[in-house]
Amino acid sequence: MTFRASHLLGIEPLHPDEIRTLLDLSDRYAEENRKGVRHRDVLAGMTQINMFFENSTRTQASFELAGKRLGADVMSMAMQASSVKKGETLIDTALTLNAMHPDLLIVRHPQAGAVDLLAQKVNCAVINAGDGPHEHPTQALLDALTIRRAKGRLHRLSIAICGDIAHSRVARSNILLLGKMENRIRLIAPPTLMPAGIAELGVEVFDDMQQGLADVDVVMMLRLQKERMDGGFIPSEREYYHRFGLDAVKLGYAKPDAIVMHPGPMNRGVEIDGTLADDINRSVIQTQVEMGVAVRMAAMELLAQNLRARRAAKGVMA
Amino acid sequence: MSRQSTILFRDARLIDPVALTELRGDLLVRGGKIVDAFTDKRATPPGGAEVIECNGACLAPGIVDIGVKVGEPGNRHKESFRSAGLAAAAGGVTTIVTRPDTDPAIDSPESLQFIARRAATDAIVRVLPMAALTKGRLGREMTEIGFLQDAGAVAFTDGDRVVADTKVCARALTYARSLGALVIGHVQEPGLSAGAAVTSGKFASLRGLPGVSPMAERMGLDRDISLLEMTGARYHADQITTARALPALERAKRNGLDITAGISIHHLTLNELDVADYRTFFKFKPPLRSEDDRLAVVEAVRTGLIDIICSMHTPQDEESKRLPFEEAASGAVGLETLLPAALRLYHAGMIDMPRLFRALSLNPARRMGLDCGSLLPGAPADLVLFDPDAPFVLDRASLHSKSKNTPFDGARMQGKVLGTWLGGKLISERP
Repeated sequence: MTFRASHLLGIEPLHPDEIRTLLDLSDRYAEENRKGVRHRDVLAGMTQINMFFENSTRTQASFELAGKRLGADVMSMAMQASSVKKGETLIDTALTLNAMHPDLLIVRHPQAGAVDLLAQKVNCAVINAGDGPHEHPTQALLDALTIRRAKGRLHRLSIAICGDIAHSRVARSNILLLGKMENRIRLIAPPTLMPAGIAELGVEVFDDMQQGLADVDVVMMLRLQKERMDGGFIPSEREYYHRFGLDAVKLGYAKPDAIVMHPGPMNRGVEIDGTLADDINRSVIQTQVEMGVAVRMAAMELLAQNLRARRAAKGVMA
Repeated sequence: MSRQSTILFRDARLIDPVALTELRGDLLVRGGKIVDAFTDKRATPPGGAEVIECNGACLAPGIVDIGVKVGEPGNRHKESFRSAGLAAAAGGVTTIVTRPDTDPAIDSPESLQFIARRAATDAIVRVLPMAALTKGRLGREMTEIGFLQDAGAVAFTDGDRVVADTKVCARALTYARSLGALVIGHVQEPGLSAGAAVTSGKFASLRGLPGVSPMAERMGLDRDISLLEMTGARYHADQITTARALPALERAKRNGLDITAGISIHHLTLNELDVADYRTFFKFKPPLRSEDDRLAVVEAVRTGLIDIICSMHTPQDEESKRLPFEEAASGAVGLETLLPAALRLYHAGMIDMPRLFRALSLNPARRMGLDCGSLLPGAPADLVLFDPDAPFVLDRASLHSKSKNTPFDGARMQGKVLGTWLGGKLISERP
C-alpha cells in the first residue's frame, strides 16, 4: 500500500503506484458493493462535507453515497445558495468550515486552482471534485477502473478522447492518468476546442474522427460544455454532431471490441448517438457511474487513514 | 546637507549610460548638480567638501521608474505617496512617474493638482504624474490634454486598458501630437486578450487557466504603429514582452516613427512556469511569457530595441491576491526589488552595467524630457550607490511599500543599495 498524500487534488502529483493502490482498493469495493456488503466502520465518527460551488447531481450523489456506505456523517452544502452570494471569500468560507472540524471536504469550484487554494487553509483531507477546466481526479480514476475491468489491463491501450477538450477537466485528468500508466492517447476535437500546446504532453492530436479513432481500444466521449463557452467555438450543434458526434459509423473505425465511455451528463444527438450510448455491448457508461462510488470510497478510506496517522503523530485525537 | 554643499564620491565604479562605460574614479557634486567625473586622476576635494568613500561600489544615475501605481486617491491603504517614496529611495529610484489608473482616475487638472500636492508634501523622491488619455479611462472621449499638460502631466495613458475604439484612439493621438504630448499605450488586442489570466500554451492548458496567445501583443502593437504612421504622435509602448512583437517594433523605429518601448522587470526575470500552483503573486498584465520570449526581450534590452525597464509597481493588498487565480488582482510591487532583480541579468552575463542603466535611468529620463539619468556635468545629482554583489534573501515583510505583493519573497538576490541621493541630498542610506 503506497498512498501517502493528504489530499486528492489532482492526478498530476500521483505516482503510478499510488494510482494502482487506489484502483486495487476500488476494485474490491466495486465487488463488495455488488454483493451488498457494507463497511460502516471505515469512516465511522468522521464528518464529510460536500461543498459544491457548481451544479452537480451525479458527482455529488456519488460522493454522498460513498461516504454513507463507509459510515461517515455526510453533509452536503449547495454553495451557490450560501454565504458566497453574500460576498464571503473562498478562504473565509474555508476557515469557517474548518472551525467545525470536518474530516473530509469534497469540493467542486468553477475556477481552476480554487480547490488547491482551499486545501492550503484547512486541516482536513480535501478531495477535488472538479475545479474549473483543471482537474477531476476521481473521474479519471473511475474511468481507469472501468477500462481496466473491461480490457483486463491499463497499459499499452490506444485510447481516444473526443470532443470539448478545451473546457474539460475530465480530459486533463484522464490525459495525465492514462499517460502515467503508459497508454497511447489520441485527442480528437475541432481545433477551436483543442487546448494550445497540448501536443507537448505526449498525446496525438487529430481533428478528424476517422483518422483519430482508427484502431483504438477505448473511445471516451466528452460533453460539449456549453456553460463554459464564452463565444462560438463551433458553428452549430448539428455540424458538430455530423463531424464529431459518435455514431455507429464512426465507431466502426475503432477496434471491433472498442468500448464507449462518457462522463455524463450526455447531450444525446450532440456528441453521442442515443442508441449507441444505450448499447450494452459497447457502452460502459453505466459501469462508469457504478465505479464512481467504489473509487470515491477507496479515495476517502485512504485519505482518512492518512489523516488519522497525521493526527496521531501530532497527538491529536482523530 | 545644504543645496550648495559639495560632495566628492571617492573611488567608485562610475556607471555611465551615455558613454556606455564603467570606470573607476571620483565624482564631484556641487549645489545638487554633477560637476564632473575624474577617472584618470584623483580629484582633490575642494575645501569643505564632504568625502564619501565608495570603496569600489557602483555609483550610477538614480533610476527613473515609469508607470508606478500609488494608491492615492482611492486606495491609500495599498500605497501612499509617503510609502511609495520610501520604497523608491530604498531601491535606488529617484524619480517615479505615476500611473493615472487610480480611483477615481487622474483625468482632470483638478485631480492632477491634488496628487501633485500630495506628492510634494509626502514623497521623498521626485514624482511626475501621468494623466489618463480618455475620461474615466473609458476609451470614449479624450481628456483635457492641454490643461493636464499645463498642470504638469508628463504623459497620457489609460494604463492597462486599451483604447479599443480605434477612432477615439486616432483622435486622441492626433490631438496629443499637436501639443507634443507623449502617449503611452498598452499593447494588446483587447478582444483576444479578454478574460485571459496566463499566456496560452502547455502550461495554461495543464492548469486549466484561460490563456491569451502571445500574438495579441503584436496585434496591439501593429495597430498602434499604424496609428502613429497616420498621426505622427509621440508614443511609448508600456510593455513589449514577446519575441514576435520585436520585428514590428524594430521596423517602426527604422521607419522613423517617434516610438519607444518598455518592459517590466518581472517579464525580464520570470517566466510563465513561475506561476506554478496558482501563485497569484505571479499574476501580471500582460501575463508572464515563455522562457524563449523572456530571452528574446532580454536581448532586445541589451541591444536597445527595448528602451526602458520599469518596475510596473502595482501594490495589491492580501485580499486582492488571496483568491482563485482568475479572480485575483494582477501586478506586483517592484520599486525596491527593481535594482536587485535587474542585477540578475547582469550577474547572468546577459546585460552589462552601463546598458542596464541606460534602460533604468537614461532612456526613461530622456523620454520624459528630464535632465537627470546620466553622470554628465550639469545633470542633477540623482545618484544610487550600490554593492552589486552583496547577497541577501528577500523578506517581503521588510519592504517599505504598504503592500507586500512581491514575487521575489524568499528569493536569493544580489545587489544592495548603500545610498540614494536626490539632487545631491541623501534620501536613503543602508542602515
